[in-house]
Formats: sequence, structure tokens, C-alpha cells
Amino acid sequence: MSISVSNISKSYKNVNALQNISFDVKPGELFGLIGPDGAGKTTLFRILTTLLVPDAGHATVTDLDVVTHYKAIRNSVGYMPGKFSLYQDLTVEENLHFFATIFGTTIEENYDLIKDIYVQIEPFKKRRAGKLSGGMKQKLALSCALIHKPNVLFLDEPTTGVDPVSRKEFWDMLKRLQQKDITILVSTPYMDEAALCDRIALMQNGKILEIDTPAAIVKHYPKTIYNVSSNNMYQLLESLKAYKHHYSIYPFGEFVHYSDKRTDFNTEDLKAYLESRNLSNINIEKTAATIEDTFMELAK
Amino acid sequence: MNNNVIEVKNLTKTFGDFTAVNAITFEVKKGEIFGFLGANGAGKTTAMKMLIGISKPTSGKAQVAGFDVFTHAEDVKQSIGYMSQKFALYDDLTVKENITFFGGIYGLSRKRIEEKRCELVEDLGLKDIVNQLVGALPLGWKQKIAFSVSLLHDPKIVFLDEPTGGVDPITRRQFWEMIYKAAHQGTTVFVTTHYMDEAEYCDRVSIMVNGKIEALDTPKKLKEQFRAENMNDVFLKLARSPSPTLTNGNEVNTDKN
Repeated sequence: MSISVSNISKSYKNVNALQNISFDVKPGELFGLIGPDGAGKTTLFRILTTLLVPDAGHATVTDLDVVTHYKAIRNSVGYMPGKFSLYQDLTVEENLHFFATIFGTTIEENYDLIKDIYVQIEPFKKRRAGKLSGGMKQKLALSCALIHKPNVLFLDEPTTGVDPVSRKEFWDMLKRLQQKDITILVSTPYMDEAALCDRIALMQNGKILEIDTPAAIVKHYPKTIYNVSSNNMYQLLESLKAYKHHYSIYPFGEFVHYSDKRTDFNTEDLKAYLESRNLSNINIEKTAATIEDTFMELAK
Repeated sequence: MNNNVIEVKNLTKTFGDFTAVNAITFEVKKGEIFGFLGANGAGKTTAMKMLIGISKPTSGKAQVAGFDVFTHAEDVKQSIGYMSQKFALYDDLTVKENITFFGGIYGLSRKRIEEKRCELVEDLGLKDIVNQLVGALPLGWKQKIAFSVSLLHDPKIVFLDEPTGGVDPITRRQFWEMIYKAAHQGTTVFVTTHYMDEAEYCDRVSIMVNGKIEALDTPKKLKEQFRAENMNDVFLKLARSPSPTLTNGNEVNTDKN
């Protein structure tokens, strides 16, 4: 296994940041930790990159123990923290050179690994890192995390605060890196990015809710979901909440995802009910569960 | 009667020879949830700063809550609420102190603040946490309280800057339900975001690319128009060209007025 985590726990004062977490990541896998702020993603990254010692449990990275073999791990992994952590006063080129030197290598030696990414920021190589746009900082941070050709890459919320165009580019880059035999552990609060991973762990409040492939996770949703829409979203929500047969009601953009307690649920009954509440343009259609539906069901 | 709460015509802002906002025109109706989207550097923040009266337009016109942003910026500020994901409440004050503080800032009387506080505690179920420091509360709570605080003075429009980033999916939906309720009661909601899942909840959205509004319609119609499955795809199709801050080497600082 590239990463093996077994019964890891960690608390700070009165917060249980991680509670008995276990999972494995296979060599060459792109594994996603999906969860909101406070799920424990960053704590987990800090333990796996040897920056924090767990209270209980064991973890190995490339078969090395994170507590006893921390020095060897630090040489063989790349880590891109959630907060931009490069030297703001150094230029793009100086930062990259600095990280290469720290790891006893040169930019030239592993240039082929970062080429795709670095060419996009190379025109600005004389600019200070602090003066870069968000998308460019992200590309520089990734280049620095890759410059020593790590076996495992840790990316803590690399796409948070990044616009959709840069997000897409970033995921395309990850897919290409994966083909170069790098194992990738990536965290994100965006549920739509889950589908881009080989396997995911859904996390909330220090616990793992479920681990599987994205396709298998949505299949586990226990109910049939209906997209319900009408002329007035606020009244639609209020009416559905007052409908005694509802199992779950979640706004999803222009629709409400509705599921019913009854096994013999008939959409015509619901339609008639909503019409009796003076709603119009009512539309009820079956829809597939998303990762977000599953997450909410598990987190209830 | 004119039902528009925001009216913008050819609004433009330049910094030196860089045009951050290039002659944008749009209207927002009373009680509408309006999404204002754009990539990093597209000009959203600059445009919003003009609308909330803290940055003077170079040219064009904008009326917010019936006031001209150029000549009546102070009146604009009195008529709007503002909530940002980055800063909303003071972590070192309790929930109660934050309510009192912001109520005071908005010029509410002590009696009115007291009434509003009771209302808020009741509506949000804050009884057990009203005397806790805001810093100790989960993010979801902070955001719900911050939103309510931005509505303390019954503004005509509330501006929300990426309100639900990083929040868990259940809390995010509770937050949107609060937004729907506010809109239902007649408050106009102006959401600036580049989180496309937030865009899906808006009545109408505009998409800014390189200082211009390139699309403006309901999410449903935009998806049809661009033959896209979701707003993320619409955005990708429109905003493919990189922003000006990425293509040229000159740093443009739009923070300065």
C-alpha cells in the first residue's frame, strides 16, 4: 500500500479532530477525502506528512511508519498545504530552485515531471510569488511539491477559492500526474470533484462516513429521488415540509430533491397536494442520487 | 412604479489603462436572488465595490435602492446589508455582543436591537449559544448568524460574497432556505460567487468575462442556451479565455480606489 491508515485518532483540547480513522490507498491511486471545513482533512494530512503525531493508531506512507520513520517519509513525499506556503518574497524561479536544492536535486533533473504545469507560469518566473494570481500560485505550489519526484503527493484543498476554469485545469493536471506513477491523496470540500477520483472517503466531524468508488457510493442511496420544481421555491419548500410523507427534502439549485417514506409513492398524489397549496407549474421527475445526496443521508 | 432595486447602465471602472469593468448594464428586481459570477480577475469585486458605494465609477450610471452610487454613496450604504465569507462577525465577541454591536453600527435604537435579538434567538434557536464567543462556534452557525446580522436593519438589498464556501451540504441548504425566506419577504439578494453550485440556486445569474457581462438569464435558460448540463459547464464554455491578470505580465492592483 502507498498509504495505510489504521485507527488514527487526534484531538486538540476539547475537539476530537479525528476519531478512529482507517483506510488504505493503493499505489498509483487518486484518492479523495471529501468533506466540509472541520471534517479533519487537514489534521489527517499533517499526520501523514509527519508534521503532527497522532494520539492513537498507526499510519504508514510507502510502508514507512509516520512516527518512527518521519525523516525518510519527508524525502519521498510531496505536500501542498491548503494555505499558500511558499516564500512570498522570492520569485517564481527562486522558490522552485530553493525547493529543488532542499531536496538535493535540480530543476533540470525532474523538469519533465513539472513541465506541463511550469510552462504556464514560466513567463512570470521573475515575479515574486506574493504577486501571483490565485491560479498561478496554485501551479507554482504544485511545481514545488513535485520537484523532487515524490512517490506520494498530498494535496490539501488545492482547488478551494479557485475559479471553475482553473479548477478544471488543475484536475486535468492531476490525471496526467497519475499516469506518471504518483499516488495522489487530495482533499476537497467540493462534492462535484469526488467523481474525478478513483476512490473517495466521505468525511465529517472527524469521522469517515463511507469509502468506495464514486459510482458505488451513489448506488448505495436507499431511496428514489425526485426532482420537484414549481413557480415558487420558498412556498414549495414550506409545502413539502408540511407534507407528512416526506423522507427527505433538500434544495438542489432550481429543483428540490424529494424522497418519500412510502414504498407505493405516487407522484400524482404529491402533485395534487402541491396544487391544493396553490402552487403552479409543478414538475416531478425521477432523478439519480448524487454524491451530495449520499453525503447528507449518511451525515443525518 | 419601477420595481427595480438595482439599475446599472454602462458602468465602467478603469485603473490607468486597464479597464476592470467595461460598460456593464443590468437590472435586479425587488425580491430577486441575483447571482453575479465571474472568474478570478473578471471584475466582479470591482463592480460590487461600486454598487455598495465604496468605489467611484469612472463612467456610467448605477442606482442602488433608489440612490445614485456616484452622488449618494452614504445613502446606498444605509440601505444595504453585506456579508462576506471571509469576514462577517467578531470572533472575540459573543453572539449577543455581535448583534448589539452591528445593530448599533446600523443605527438601531437599543429597544429595536433588543427586539431584533429576541427575534433572532427565537428564529435560529440560539438560546443555548447566545452568550458564547462566536469564534468557538462551527462555521455553519457563524454563517447563519452573520446572514441574520446583515439583515438587522431591514435593508432593501443584501450583498453576499461567496456565502457558503466550505460549509457542509446540509448547513448550506439551511442557509439557502434562509435566503429564499428573505427574498420571499421582499429583500433582494445579490450573490457574488465563483462557486457554481451557489449559482444554481439563483433566480437569474450574470457571468462576467474580462470586465464585461457575457451572459445574463435564469440558470435554466443559460443551460439550454449553452447546451450544458450544469452551471459549471456554462461557465467553462463562456470563461475559457484566461483573465487579463493571467495573460499579461503587468500586475494590476484593483484594491486601490
